[in-house]
Amino acid sequence: MSAAAILAPALPDRRDEAYRYADLAALAPLWPVATETIAVAAGESGQLTLVPPGGNVARHLAITLAAGARFDLRVLNAGQAYGRIAVDVILAAGADFTLGAAQLGGGSEVLEIVTEVRHAEPGATSRQVVRSVLAGRASGTYLGKVAVARGADGTDASQSVRAMLLDRTAQANARPELEIYADDVKCAHGCAVGELDAQGLFYLQSRGLPPAAAKRLMLQAFVAEAFTGAADEASLCDRALAALEVLL
Amino acid sequence: MTTPLLSIDALHATVADKPILKGLSLTINPGEIHAIMGPNGAGKSTTGYVLGGRPGYEVTGGSVTFAGADLLALEPHERAAAGLFLGFQYPVEIPGVSFVQFLREAANAQRRARGEAELSGGEFLKLARAQAALLKMDMDMLKRPVNVGFSGGEKKRAEMVQMGILDPRLAILDETDSGLDIDALRICGEGINAIMRRPDKAVLLITHYQRLLDYVQPDFVHVLAGGRIIKSGGPELAHQLEREGYEAVAA
Ligand SMILES: Nc1ncnc2c1ncn2[C@@H]1O[C@H](COP(=O)(O)OP(=O)(O)OP(=O)(O)O)[C@@H](O)[C@H]1O
Ligand SMILES: [Mg+2]
Repeated sequence: MSAAAILAPALPDRRDEAYRYADLAALAPLWPVATETIAVAAGESGQLTLVPPGGNVARHLAITLAAGARFDLRVLNAGQAYGRIAVDVILAAGADFTLGAAQLGGGSEVLEIVTEVRHAEPGATSRQVVRSVLAGRASGTYLGKVAVARGADGTDASQSVRAMLLDRTAQANARPELEIYADDVKCAHGCAVGELDAQGLFYLQSRGLPPAAAKRLMLQAFVAEAFTGAADEASLCDRALAALEVLL
Repeated sequence: MTTPLLSIDALHATVADKPILKGLSLTINPGEIHAIMGPNGAGKSTTGYVLGGRPGYEVTGGSVTFAGADLLALEPHERAAAGLFLGFQYPVEIPGVSFVQFLREAANAQRRARGEAELSGGEFLKLARAQAALLKMDMDMLKRPVNVGFSGGEKKRAEMVQMGILDPRLAILDETDSGLDIDALRICGEGINAIMRRPDKAVLLITHYQRLLDYVQPDFVHVLAGGRIIKSGGPELAHQLEREGYEAVAA
């Protein structure tokens, strides 16, 4: 094995499930992606809002939550040629993790959120809400694994993943995954890919709204679900709205 | 001679490649109230949708002139700005979008299209409050998502509040009376009169029963069957239909 291979892991390929939908050509110059670690001490809480600046972006967060710690992560993945946000979370007893993410893409943008949430001890809660709006030939991916360790009884984990395709050429991939080795666990996941309701659109237009304004109103509400309860909810919704305008 | 507000000439239309309207002609002058009655599946709602420009309703022949313009050349939102209002037989629920939010945008989009000044937030709320009061609807209901969780009758009442706010020149009201309780029927009837009974406006009521026509007395009543108007008359035609049924009257 060469020295370089020991220092840096090789660029993944498509056989690696976590990179199946990645833009590997865009990822190459960013590789290896540094792991940013966040540790929240017992009983403390933290929050982070990620709004990548455009261009090609790949981030990897590793969040460790001690007993009773809380963390609220919000992501607006929009306007990136390639935007990959990977998040690993480990929850100790009674910890709480929230992810609210919106992915808004057009053109040939590739947006991905890849999470692995480990409930290592009993009584922790995690809630993930991901809303994607995809136009043109854009793709939006959510790969989310929730792993509940042996003994992590009373875990409560949810994943709600919905995507709206504005054009038939856009693509949404959603794969929530559960791995449960404990008892008395509540895991809920829902995924749906759809198009804007044509009847609703006509109703709004029949009242005088131009098509783009009607779509924007309907999508605004859809995207806002990712930011409900965020400390900076209003400003995130405004920025998401600006990103939506570009797609319509 | 007055210029008609709406003039439909030999309109043919298909839905999912199935011919539904087969030569429908109708002229409505400003100041007039017309009622269309007809059996289920006759094409009454289709007529409203075609005039509103709903996708999937394809015009295969004929012409429609509205306020001097070729209505069929306009997009749905342009038809609204030109003064057309469609009261839906089944109003659509839109989660996450409130009535006040969407109606303010809709009213201002119409105003912009007509080159009129937009309403400020305060002006809009004042207008919305007045129209809700006219229809005896709690203003709080307009802060809720569009039609979500509304009862059948509440949806119909909300349609009339929207009509009051948007102040159209022609309202096509598709079975506005269905689902309304006795008091709501009177309130909506009076609302229609208050909003629309003007020399420069007109109404096309689509209904199955005389009950709404007791409050909103029509000048003309038409029977639509098989995609065409097969008989027209005055208000007495509605009474005759109620007494004798479509088959006897159409024969
Ligand atoms: N998407 C569709 N595909 C096929 N047929 C359709 C479609 N939509 C409507 N139709 C048909 O068009 C015809 C006219 O329907 P329309 O809704 O206009 O009737 P209506 O006169 O309003 O009836 P009602 O009194 O029951 O409201 C019906 O036979 C209906 O089945
Ligand atoms: Mg009908």
